[in-house]
Amino acid sequence: MWRDAALVAGKDLRLELRSRVAINQVAPFALLVLVLFAFALDPDRGILARATAGLYWVAVLFSAVLAVQRAFAVEVADGVRDGLRLSGLDPAGIFVGKVAALAAQLLVLEALLGLGVVVFYDADVAGMLLLVPTCLAATLGVAAAGSLYGILSAGLRVKETILPLLLLPVVAPVLVAATQAFEAGLSGPTSDGWRWLGLLIVFAAAYVGLGLTTFDLLLEES
Amino acid sequence: MEPAVHLRGAVSLLGRFPALAGVDLDVAPGEVVLLQGPNGAGKTTLLRCCAGLVAVTAGEATVLGHDLTVDRRAVRRRVGMLGHATGLYEDLTVADNVAFWSRAAGARRGDADAAMARLGLDGRLAAVAVHRLSAGQRRRTSLAVMLARRPELWLLDEPHAGLDQSGRDLVDGLVADAAAAGATVLIASHELERARAIAHRSVAVVGGATARTSPAERDHVA
Repeated sequence: MWRDAALVAGKDLRLELRSRVAINQVAPFALLVLVLFAFALDPDRGILARATAGLYWVAVLFSAVLAVQRAFAVEVADGVRDGLRLSGLDPAGIFVGKVAALAAQLLVLEALLGLGVVVFYDADVAGMLLLVPTCLAATLGVAAAGSLYGILSAGLRVKETILPLLLLPVVAPVLVAATQAFEAGLSGPTSDGWRWLGLLIVFAAAYVGLGLTTFDLLLEES
Repeated sequence: MEPAVHLRGAVSLLGRFPALAGVDLDVAPGEVVLLQGPNGAGKTTLLRCCAGLVAVTAGEATVLGHDLTVDRRAVRRRVGMLGHATGLYEDLTVADNVAFWSRAAGARRGDADAAMARLGLDGRLAAVAVHRLSAGQRRRTSLAVMLARRPELWLLDEPHAGLDQSGRDLVDGLVADAAAAGATVLIASHELERARAIAHRSVAVVGGATARTSPAERDHVA
């Protein structure tokens, strides 16, 4: 499984290096969302400061939908899905590879957005000890859930519109927990923040487990 | 000797529509068989059934010793299929694609290089992204992917389509070499004269069933 996962993750990252969709399209979109929020709320800097954590994660999730769509559009185009079925690759390995590549791209995006909230929102990043593991756990959860719903929707005729409808409600707990943990982190680590981080870890573990056991079926039947 | 492909009364349903409605076919190892018939007769579905991509819902179906009615996934790694779609990642280069799919199938790096050289894809073309290739060059790349995997059963759906004269000659040579090496080849084609010249015999597929089998046409083998 790990060999197959490394092969798929390497292929996905090479695809990104060649096409630069995440760099040239998804990242600018995410920054644009941050800037638009800043324009909308700028007259009242108090609201912007209080909403920084939530706005950050909303921007991350919107961008994640685009990244997931891209990651799975390439797997169903022009007979590639049949190629995957015939390849002999372990479906669990394909899932892990897709999650790893997606998570790597989202982490870069989150770092960029982190700079964005510091510049545009004057955010004071005090509790890195909490912020970093929050990002890691939330990213793993979003990437795992995204990969499951990505392959599920990729075979549908209405894949472009159905994915956000399926994925965003599912990752709502990530939005809530990551926002709460970030709020705690931005003002220095508190016990509340660690509790929310625990929820993110449980979410990520649940979706990784679900993906490992069901990706085979979804690749086959969707 | 056990046939490489053994179908007896094989039925495959696409929804409620019988795409195959009782196919009888036995193909010996090393044999090259042409499937001929009008559009919609079930030739492509028959090839996809043999690849384990489409379920055989009734009758007997054994390919390379695997009973497809019990487990149609086990055979997949041992077959190579050239369909209407390319099965390639558009943003990866020719070399990236051949390397990824051949590694996925457990082939050695040398197999990928040799396959590209055989298809005339080494040198400058190897570094070109697939979306920049002509239809014929994409077809050659798909053939290189298949060749690098060293399948025991070749399933070729309109293999000459989109190729120039040298490409068509190349396909004929590949089929002859594969059969000489002991691989079994099923070809679905409307270019009957050309395909008959490389096939040992032809089988008519009409209305989802095999209608008749021609006598051996071994004399016509190129």
